[in-house]
Amino acid sequence: MVTIENLHKKFGKNQVLSGVNLSITNGGIFAVLGPNGSGKTTLIKSVLGMVIPDKGTITVLGNSIKKNSDYRHKIDYLPQIANFPSNLRVKELIKMIKDLRKPTNEDERLIKLFKLEPFLNKKLGNLSGGTKQKVNLVLTFMFDSPLIILDEPTTGLDPISLIRLKDLIHAEKAKGKTIIVTSHIMSFVEEISDEIVFILEGEIYFKGSITELKNKTNQPDFEHAIASILTENHA
Amino acid sequence: MLKILKYSFYDLMRSRWSYVYLAFYLLLGIVLLFLNNDLSKAVITLMNVIIILVPLIGTIFGVMYYYNSKEFTELLLAQPLKRSSIFLGQYLGVALSLSMSLILGLGIPFIFYGLFKSNAIWDFSLLLITGTFLTLIFTALAFNIALSNENKIKGFGYAILLWLLLAVVYDGLFLMTLIMFEDYPLDKLSLVGTMLNPIDLSRTLILLKLDISALLGYTGAVFKQFFGTNFGIIISFITLTAWVLLPVLRIIYKSKKKDF
Amino acid sequence: MKHICYFLIAIFMANLSIAQTKEVCKTCPISSLKDGIKRAKDFDTIIIKKGTYKEHDIVVDKPLTIIGKDYPIIDGELKGEIITIIADNVTVDGLFIINVGTSYTEDYAAIRVRKSKNFIIQNLVLEKLFFGIYIEKSRDGKVFHNKIIGDAVEEYNSGNGIQLWYSKNVEIEHNFVQHVRDGIYLEFSDDCLIKNNVSTLNVRYGLHFMFSNDDTYQDNTFEKNGAGVAVMFSKRIKMYNNIFKKNWGTASYGMLLKEINDAEITGNTFEDNTIGINIEGSNRINYKHNTFTNNGWAIKVKGACYTNKFTENNFLYNSFDIAYNSNVNDNEFDKNYWSNYTGYDLDKNGIGDIPYRPVKLFSYIVNRTPETIILLRSMFIDIIDFSEKVSPVFTPDDLLDNNPKIKKLTW
Repeated sequence: MVTIENLHKKFGKNQVLSGVNLSITNGGIFAVLGPNGSGKTTLIKSVLGMVIPDKGTITVLGNSIKKNSDYRHKIDYLPQIANFPSNLRVKELIKMIKDLRKPTNEDERLIKLFKLEPFLNKKLGNLSGGTKQKVNLVLTFMFDSPLIILDEPTTGLDPISLIRLKDLIHAEKAKGKTIIVTSHIMSFVEEISDEIVFILEGEIYFKGSITELKNKTNQPDFEHAIASILTENHA
Repeated sequence: MLKILKYSFYDLMRSRWSYVYLAFYLLLGIVLLFLNNDLSKAVITLMNVIIILVPLIGTIFGVMYYYNSKEFTELLLAQPLKRSSIFLGQYLGVALSLSMSLILGLGIPFIFYGLFKSNAIWDFSLLLITGTFLTLIFTALAFNIALSNENKIKGFGYAILLWLLLAVVYDGLFLMTLIMFEDYPLDKLSLVGTMLNPIDLSRTLILLKLDISALLGYTGAVFKQFFGTNFGIIISFITLTAWVLLPVLRIIYKSKKKDF
Repeated sequence: MKHICYFLIAIFMANLSIAQTKEVCKTCPISSLKDGIKRAKDFDTIIIKKGTYKEHDIVVDKPLTIIGKDYPIIDGELKGEIITIIADNVTVDGLFIINVGTSYTEDYAAIRVRKSKNFIIQNLVLEKLFFGIYIEKSRDGKVFHNKIIGDAVEEYNSGNGIQLWYSKNVEIEHNFVQHVRDGIYLEFSDDCLIKNNVSTLNVRYGLHFMFSNDDTYQDNTFEKNGAGVAVMFSKRIKMYNNIFKKNWGTASYGMLLKEINDAEITGNTFEDNTIGINIEGSNRINYKHNTFTNNGWAIKVKGACYTNKFTENNFLYNSFDIAYNSNVNDNEFDKNYWSNYTGYDLDKNGIGDIPYRPVKLFSYIVNRTPETIILLRSMFIDIIDFSEKVSPVFTPDDLLDNNPKIKKLTW
């Protein structure tokens, strides 16, 4: 589904990615993990074409992303921080995004799911962070694309919404989609992901299932496994 | 791109700045025409407004819109849209809404004044056309500055500096060059100097209507040929178009290279 | 006494019976103007019927009245001068004279008056001419309602429409002159009145004075000439209510004053000229109630000009109101209306509270480096003009209108 070869990216003097090689197969949920500033978001944005790599190639569904941007119609992307034009109403925003991408009716179901009906006529500037994130989720999941990229999807969500999100992700996975997630909430990652990609200092440090990770680090649980990677490397 | 243009345009139509701008021009037009009651004087004042204020407002507004619509841009970037169409759409949204404010704001009072019956309609159209060109040029330059500077304060600084450079400093240097080399034939130099600055070029175009008698009171075959014929007007408009296209091309180029 | 009276009446009657009318036409016994003149006695009237008469070198040597009926054509076939008047009391009326010969050594005219008095030349139409009406060493005549249409292109091989040379007390009225070198030219001619003429599209000047004194020209229109009017080396000329329009081009002007003293310039209109009035070495001239509109320069002063007074004129939308090439000033500007004035009138007396400074720094710069004109009305120029206004360095600091009017003047 997604193949990344020898990806390099520098922001000014700061080398963020230095030679990432990664191959993500069809179907399943992949969690991209790593400490702050390790290059998770940069990696994702590179796949989306929002960051232009210095070196390396990325192919999505067999097409090199450099050639054209059509592949992006096959990706649903949830940005990390939901910044919306503040003088737009929720309804207008959803309508606009549908107008820009393609018509769909999925939004009604998702609005019901996240109980957003009361907010539809409110301006985005007046919404709380959690509500904004729900709107963000609606915008992402309403298009039925084979690849879904979620950057910190849990930010600001209340427990009920979190459960609904997990259900949603599982449902999408059941349709045979590929889902890439980044998150800091380890329990969430552990619960949903099939495979982990751990990035450290701009390189892939580990790729495999959670059990493999536990075995590799000799830790009984996932959180400790991650922590041990970090302490080992910083020591 | 048209969809983005549409949404940028709507977005601007909601913001109160467009109305302030429109109201300013309306007021100016009304004051000039109905309180002054003198069309010739009004046209001179209008020329000053168009060659000084329009570029200033275009730059400031362009930079401001770019920084203020960061969220909108980010949202659009998350969608499967072409980058060049995102930025071109936004640029055209700003430039067109500014041009519309200019044309409506000045046009409405003039129509009420009875413009269609007067001979001044061509002069006036020329004023509006150059005003629109200047809006397109300076908004494009503003977008260039904003695209190259993440830092808002820096961006605003450069924008003001650019305006100051083209509106005032350039003419000062130009004047000094002409005086310094007064012993040499200068007509080609002065024509080239005018062409290189869109504000000077627009001013000269309007001068052709306003002060033709003064401009002809000066020896120089190149000059006369330029001003006397349509050739000059055509060249001027080609140059103005180039002044729009070059920054726009850079917007496309820059937006393709930029990381978000 | 009675006898003498009868005698006089008798002579008068006799004279009347002598003064006859002779007709000239193609089929008449007299079929040419020359023949007509030869056969006519003093004070006869010759009536020329419609037709084309190919004649030149016609000399009118006795007092005659020559009248054309329905504009007969006198065609000089480009062979030289057509009519020469050398007698007093001659009237020429209603002819269409064409094809005057061109020469580089002699000034052939369509009609010439030489050393004569009391002539009247009226209702003529002159075309394809070299010189039109040439009045030479003559006096007390009238040139009235003629139409002169030349085809001059260059100065050196063309002549003037109406020319006066060493003549006195001639009235030139209601003539229409175009496409010649100088529309009307006066040299060494005094006490003439030039009124209600229209002089346009001439190669050099609409009206030209040289060494002529005490003349008046008024209510004339000078439009699109090489230059409007040139008044040179003349004294006490009165110029009233003329219109100077669209005299455009490199160094072109509505009016040139060169070495002119004690003139009156009143009620004239200068519109759309490159330079309204170009003044060189002219003194004691009163400019009053003139209107300067949309000129490049309303007034350009070169060289020493003393004690000129500019009062109650309108200066409207000129690119430059006044240009000076020195920074000394002995001329007075008072109570004019300047459309460029930006002052205020707090005491509401119709006069601006701060003086107006009609000479701009930029006009000084343009004088020096003409190409800088391209920067006209740019913001930088406005700034330096403003600073010069505040503290004059390059321009005469006493050149002020202390009583600038707030409203456009009407008379």
